[in-house]
Amino acid sequence: MLEIRNQINLTSLLLLIALLFTTCDLTNRNSADGDKNTFSSGKPIEFVIPYKEGGGSDTWARFNSTYLSKYLPGQPVVMIRNIPGGGSIKGANLFAERAKPNGLMILGTSGSTQFPFLLDDPRVRYNYADWKVVWAYGNGGVVYVSPKLGIKDASEISKIKDKRLIYASQGPTSLDLIPLYSFDLLGLDVKAVFGMTGRGAGRLAFERGEVNIDYQTSSAYIRNVLPLVAEGSAIPLFSWGILDENGNLVRDPNFPDLPHFGEVYEMVHGQKASGIEWDAWLAFASAGFSAMKLVVVPKETPDEIIKQFQEAVEKMKKDPKYIANKGKVIGEYEQVTGEKAKKLYEMATNVSTQEKEWIKNWLREKYNLNIK
Amino acid sequence: MLESVLEAFVILLRAEHLMFLVIGVLLGLVVGVIPGLGGIAGLSLLLPFLYGMDQVSALATLIGLVAVIPTSATFTSILMGIPGSSSSQATVLDGFALAKKGEASRALGAAFSSSLFGGLFGAIILTFFIQIARPVILMFGSAELFMLAVFGLSMVGSLSGKSLVKGIVACGFGLIIGSIGSAPATGEFRMVFGIDYLYDGLPLVVIALAIFAFPEISDLFRKEKSIAEKSTLSGGMLIGVKDMWKNKWLAFRCAGIGTIVGAIPGMGGSVVDWIAYGHVVQTSKDKSQFGKGDIRGVIAPESANNAKEGGALIPTLLFGIPGSGSMAVFLGGMVLIGVEAGPSMVTTNINLTYMIIWSLAIANVVGAGLSLLLASPISKLTSIKFSLLAPFMIMVISLAAFDATRDMMDLWMLLIFGVIGIFMKRFGWSRPAFLIGFVLATQTESYLNMAVQFYGWSMFLRPGVIIILLLSLISIYFSRRGGVVDESAELMEKKRDKNKTLLPQLFFAAFISLFFVLSIYDGLKQSFLGRIFPLTIAFTILPFALWLIWIFIKRKHGNAAIFDAEQLAEEGEYKSPPFAAIAWLTGLYVVTVLIGFVPSVVLFFILFLRIKAKTTWWKTALLTASGVGLMMAFGYFLNLEFPSGLFTI
Repeated sequence: MLEIRNQINLTSLLLLIALLFTTCDLTNRNSADGDKNTFSSGKPIEFVIPYKEGGGSDTWARFNSTYLSKYLPGQPVVMIRNIPGGGSIKGANLFAERAKPNGLMILGTSGSTQFPFLLDDPRVRYNYADWKVVWAYGNGGVVYVSPKLGIKDASEISKIKDKRLIYASQGPTSLDLIPLYSFDLLGLDVKAVFGMTGRGAGRLAFERGEVNIDYQTSSAYIRNVLPLVAEGSAIPLFSWGILDENGNLVRDPNFPDLPHFGEVYEMVHGQKASGIEWDAWLAFASAGFSAMKLVVVPKETPDEIIKQFQEAVEKMKKDPKYIANKGKVIGEYEQVTGEKAKKLYEMATNVSTQEKEWIKNWLREKYNLNIK
Repeated sequence: MLESVLEAFVILLRAEHLMFLVIGVLLGLVVGVIPGLGGIAGLSLLLPFLYGMDQVSALATLIGLVAVIPTSATFTSILMGIPGSSSSQATVLDGFALAKKGEASRALGAAFSSSLFGGLFGAIILTFFIQIARPVILMFGSAELFMLAVFGLSMVGSLSGKSLVKGIVACGFGLIIGSIGSAPATGEFRMVFGIDYLYDGLPLVVIALAIFAFPEISDLFRKEKSIAEKSTLSGGMLIGVKDMWKNKWLAFRCAGIGTIVGAIPGMGGSVVDWIAYGHVVQTSKDKSQFGKGDIRGVIAPESANNAKEGGALIPTLLFGIPGSGSMAVFLGGMVLIGVEAGPSMVTTNINLTYMIIWSLAIANVVGAGLSLLLASPISKLTSIKFSLLAPFMIMVISLAAFDATRDMMDLWMLLIFGVIGIFMKRFGWSRPAFLIGFVLATQTESYLNMAVQFYGWSMFLRPGVIIILLLSLISIYFSRRGGVVDESAELMEKKRDKNKTLLPQLFFAAFISLFFVLSIYDGLKQSFLGRIFPLTIAFTILPFALWLIWIFIKRKHGNAAIFDAEQLAEEGEYKSPPFAAIAWLTGLYVVTVLIGFVPSVVLFFILFLRIKAKTTWWKTALLTASGVGLMMAFGYFLNLEFPSGLFTI
């Protein structure tokens, strides 16, 4: 009889658990039955994020999802679905395989989704040409060095040319491709130590004094490196810069006092940057930073649906709560829709074969990496 | 300081904040019960609610949840032998052995009181340490982290079992399996054989479940008894609490270990329980009962793993660098509510920091208190006929494994390594040694590579490195003095029939050796930095493996390496053939590929209960409905996914 009594105990425990979840969940899903005439007609929208919970992409998506839900017609639930793996390749592949052109599944990519695509990683089974952009969000970054190198700003950069520079990196084909390639273009002799688990680990190595050159994306720089700059233990050199309306590189409005990479290139080489090595830099830097986050849908998706999304994004940008919190949560750059987003999407995903080959060749020569 | 500490306490005691904290704790307890899911699933469940909550309430909820995960993860570790979280693997060794002896509630009592002690200890350390922690944490560079990994590996000595050779080979096997996937130093892919799944390496959850839970399930499956082998349950929860009190200095030391390991960014929580377990074995005079149900083997890891969460908050709050998966989600939550981790947490935001610490302390008290109340009633589960429990356990481990990367391969790997685990158990290969190797493979390689490049060989002159090196040497010295942990020690003392065949053991040793050969073959295709680690391991361990094979071929009967539990089993102890459990699971997964997981589980429950448990139809229906209902409920609320089949609509 003991067995049956235990079964009953067990069942009541289960009921209790279910009850607990239900009460917690009511507030979450009560908006699910919305207007039946919108494209979502009461169904939830899946926002696929090919990264782990808690990371930068995840936080960015979650911040947006609250407002999307509020401003999309019919107020559908926007559910974040994290599908991490293969540095975002897995989630993007899955999206390519499963998404239907009905707006119910959208994908938020990042620079490290763009890069393996551009470098023809054999695991990639998605194609940006099959997708259309909904909105885009850029990011930036700042390169800084240790005060022990003895320079005060970027104008003295040629003084560290023959110093032993060490950079802690996640890997040559990660977003770190940009800093590594940039250092090379500036003629800096930087030894890259690979195997870092994230940019945070790189910053920690800098703070420990294990490395003497590092970069952080803008928000991480503002949060964690500016205090170091204030106490004199980090010297900022330059930012990546951002692309203006015409696709020209200009100073990052978050760091108006810092020169952008193009200016530093000019300081070092005495002439304006040009040629294939520069075009390749621009192409990959826009895929990695200017258009870091792209929200996409299958290209067959009706324009009407995309318009509804874009209108929601524009309304979101006027929400006072969004304006108040955005800076702290996702950073200071603007989320763009319409033509601006299209332009960024083009720049980030339509890289010429020549530029691709140039970078692949550079990876082969510099890091002995063979990418077919 | 005291003033702001108290101020934080008063703010937290406001009814609404406390209520949110308790909600977090309750959720944490429920979510933590499902092995493998733990903090990440629970916190992700909370993230959508955070937006719009005030900062204190939001942080209280998050901390409440994180703090008690290691507490409630203990339930499955002790009651079913299923490691509940990555930091409660070591609890399984003695905890589950106690449950088999019918002393589950004693083990739970000791575990929860240790959790409480460890959690509070962690919170206290955090209070005083957080102000000065920054420079201390910065002292741990890649060289020190590498030495810490070596220190972790030194625990293999005491956990190797009677035959050190076999333990070393098992650990080497773990290191090789752990090095599958991208090489930390170059990003090259090792031993992936074109399988996409392997590119990220094998997930720890899957391996831990396969190696520990799977063989136990198979064993129970064949014995067809209840988990508690005696008919009466003895040893109440309070005895366990007293056990903990008697060993308070042990709990104290292990909580210290837990806090330190947790506080070092980059170590990760998955070795903390093994270090604590290794510590208790090395410092105990009487080691004969470890692995067979020594209560100290429960107290040590459990006081360490709750303390770890307190420690892990230090790098998360101070540097914005999460030490574990759940800390990463916690950090994401902080960003969402607009709290910026970083140096400001000990200056302008110090009040929030103290609030977090208080939440941690209170959550541990509430969590452990509730768990203690549940200990005795829940431990009755161990007296249920196993065939009634089996479908639930199989469902749970499948679900947990699948949540690792949500790929059908998770289940196939569970099965493959489960079979390897069964043979490791049967032939007395140390499973802890394997797991330690697996867990530490990446860290050892990656930090060694970094340290050599940052410091060159002068890394061995760094004071931190020398201290940890000495600790490791001491640990190795003590590791095999006065006995070792061997779960099969009792069986080994039985008289053996020298005419029995050694072929199964020989084949298994040869099979394991094959991995070393494979690793060498694969390594030769990589660049220098990509292959140096696997090649070093393979060439070092291969001679030991060959020596082992030699022992089997030459039939050296006196050697401790020779052991086959199957041949030593009593007549009638096993009621079904060795492959019974494997066959049932393979069936479940094959059908899953065809029709999807949910219908397959329904089918599995019905068939299993009717054929194996021989329950009546109405009882079968009840059990199936409750099992599948539970699964669906969790799946819905935790946003879990179930494997879909070829013919799933």
